[in-house]
Amino acid sequence: MSKPRTLFEKIWDSHVVNKNDDGVSVIYIDRHLVHEVTSPQAFEGLRMANRKVRRPDATLAVADHNVPTSADRLKGIADPESRVQVETLEKNVKQFGIEYFGMADKRQGIVHVIGPEQGMTQPGMTIVCGDSHTSTHGAFGALAFGIGTSEVEHVLATQTLIQKPAKNMRITVEGDLPVGITAKDIILAIIGKIGTAGGTGYVMEYAGSAIRALSMEGRMTVCNMSIEAGARAGLIAPDETTFAYLKGRPMAPQGADFDKAVAYWKTLVTDAGAVFDKEIKLDAKDIAPQVTWGTNPEAVAPITGYVPDPSKIEDAGQRDFIVRAIDYMGLKAGQKLTDVAIDKVFIGSCTNSRIEDLRDVARLAKGRKVAKSVYAMIVPGSGLVKEQAEKEGLDKIFIEAGFDWREAGCSMCLAMNADKLQPGERCASTSNRNFEGRQGRGGRTHLMSPAMAAAAAFTGHLTDVRELEK
Amino acid sequence: MQKFTQLKGAAAPLNMVNVDTDAIIPKQFLKTIERTGLGKFLFNDLRFTPEGAEKPEFVLNKPQYRKASILVAGENFGCGSSREHAPWALNDFGIRAVIAPSFADIFFNNCFKNGILPVVLPKEQVEELMKDAEAGLELSIDLAAQTVIGGNRKTYKFDVEPFRKKCLLNGLDDIGLTLEHETKISSFEGGQKSAQPWLYAAE
Repeated sequence: MSKPRTLFEKIWDSHVVNKNDDGVSVIYIDRHLVHEVTSPQAFEGLRMANRKVRRPDATLAVADHNVPTSADRLKGIADPESRVQVETLEKNVKQFGIEYFGMADKRQGIVHVIGPEQGMTQPGMTIVCGDSHTSTHGAFGALAFGIGTSEVEHVLATQTLIQKPAKNMRITVEGDLPVGITAKDIILAIIGKIGTAGGTGYVMEYAGSAIRALSMEGRMTVCNMSIEAGARAGLIAPDETTFAYLKGRPMAPQGADFDKAVAYWKTLVTDAGAVFDKEIKLDAKDIAPQVTWGTNPEAVAPITGYVPDPSKIEDAGQRDFIVRAIDYMGLKAGQKLTDVAIDKVFIGSCTNSRIEDLRDVARLAKGRKVAKSVYAMIVPGSGLVKEQAEKEGLDKIFIEAGFDWREAGCSMCLAMNADKLQPGERCASTSNRNFEGRQGRGGRTHLMSPAMAAAAAFTGHLTDVRELEK
Repeated sequence: MQKFTQLKGAAAPLNMVNVDTDAIIPKQFLKTIERTGLGKFLFNDLRFTPEGAEKPEFVLNKPQYRKASILVAGENFGCGSSREHAPWALNDFGIRAVIAPSFADIFFNNCFKNGILPVVLPKEQVEELMKDAEAGLELSIDLAAQTVIGGNRKTYKFDVEPFRKKCLLNGLDDIGLTLEHETKISSFEGGQKSAQPWLYAAE
């Protein structure tokens, strides 16, 4: 009998190319996603050293961070620096023979939306991208993590990385999710519990009946924000939900290969008796709709809660952080969260821009109007998500309710394109980071689920979506 | 890659926890296609007003820290985005080492790829070094000996992974090292291709 292994250990073991005595290993990378912001210096490095891309067939490129989301975007990118960055990617993919989804391609979209959508993301794979939210792909039981540009170059040249194995953490969420509670609330509640550095050094596996009951879209939302707890990767064991999602997608195995692949994928579960370095447990029924009040994702509370009082925090570093956060956010200690008025709503990002997220917003938008004081935008995760939403008539519901329905991209999640907050503006956002200046200098971000963001759009202030669900 | 062996210099105290890479280098500066030139934008929003004037209260704008080569910071330094522009900006400014009680994984890793040494020390020891830095005392770091010497000559011993230490001391290029395993990489691919041919179907 071999020693019981975690899912992480199984994937790791099957990718070790070389292992040194100190545990430092060369691991094989199955798939590499590339975008315009973190790749130009890597391609330049290849050119300087006269190196090739080892496996163009395992590499897919897309422009997402800089692209405009306005209807007229095919006329070109107005910002000269953004334009140069996208053009540089286009030159590089041509020179190195990499498949690329350009702005005119309906498969274009956010890198972490299109990988799964195309069936490129599969269980048991190692997947990397020069982007911290690569953890998203862990929803399929793939070991997926973000890397820096030097490592992007390393993977392009060698299809491997030099790493030591991470520690194992399991987060179990049991029970049925109450009405109005989504995958976003689960992951925000987890981050609130363990903190933004709680997962540092770990790969976090999510388990339990509440996780199993999630759709692939929901699982991606959970794994996406693993990095906000400091973990490099999140993992969910593949199951029938995963296999059904992948079947028939263009880059997934086809025909007899698919059946063979499923047989292998079914072995990708943590063995009974496998040891985790850390275990966390949550009860689904205790999770309320979550909203952040501060300037990192750990600064989160149930919507029924209040802005905390920093004078009650013992640790000096944490106390200073909270004082600074409350000041930056323009809030007061003890303020009721539902009293906070908002200016903008952003529904989008690699966390929450998939079809299920849009359906949730549309369901609530029927017969309602965006408040007069609010500008609300919806940015689908890909051209294909947009097409699907329009097929279902969701766009008409959004427009009728007063939302701005836009083209696919990263958009106001990080405001590298023209979509950004003005100083002092407050936004209800379905994205993943509420750092100072993230959505525009001086902008104030409250993270929440798509349903909660929609509720805020209708009332003009942070709102408990369960009030609308009644 | 530039080597890191020993370093002696001014240490800037940045007494904040959870400094994220968006703060180290905000998104508007990620549009470059170069690795250099980012030092003038390091900590942009903390360092400059929206109009571009220096904020005199920010540590790197104070006369004694303008040429700092070491940064002393709080827990979870470098969290958030994977942008390697963060260590590039630090390096371009002249910061070659960061001392903190803990770092976020991706940032920590990115430092080693750029000849920057992230030093992890217990919180109490970082607090002592923070006081030295606040007093304007120089710090010294010796990677071979794995020591930091504080302003009061007190020695602090730190851990570093042997492989990373070797790469930093010798300025080794990771890609070159990995390509020495070419035969093993090819043989791995051969094995994987016969077991899971669909992973190679696109060829």
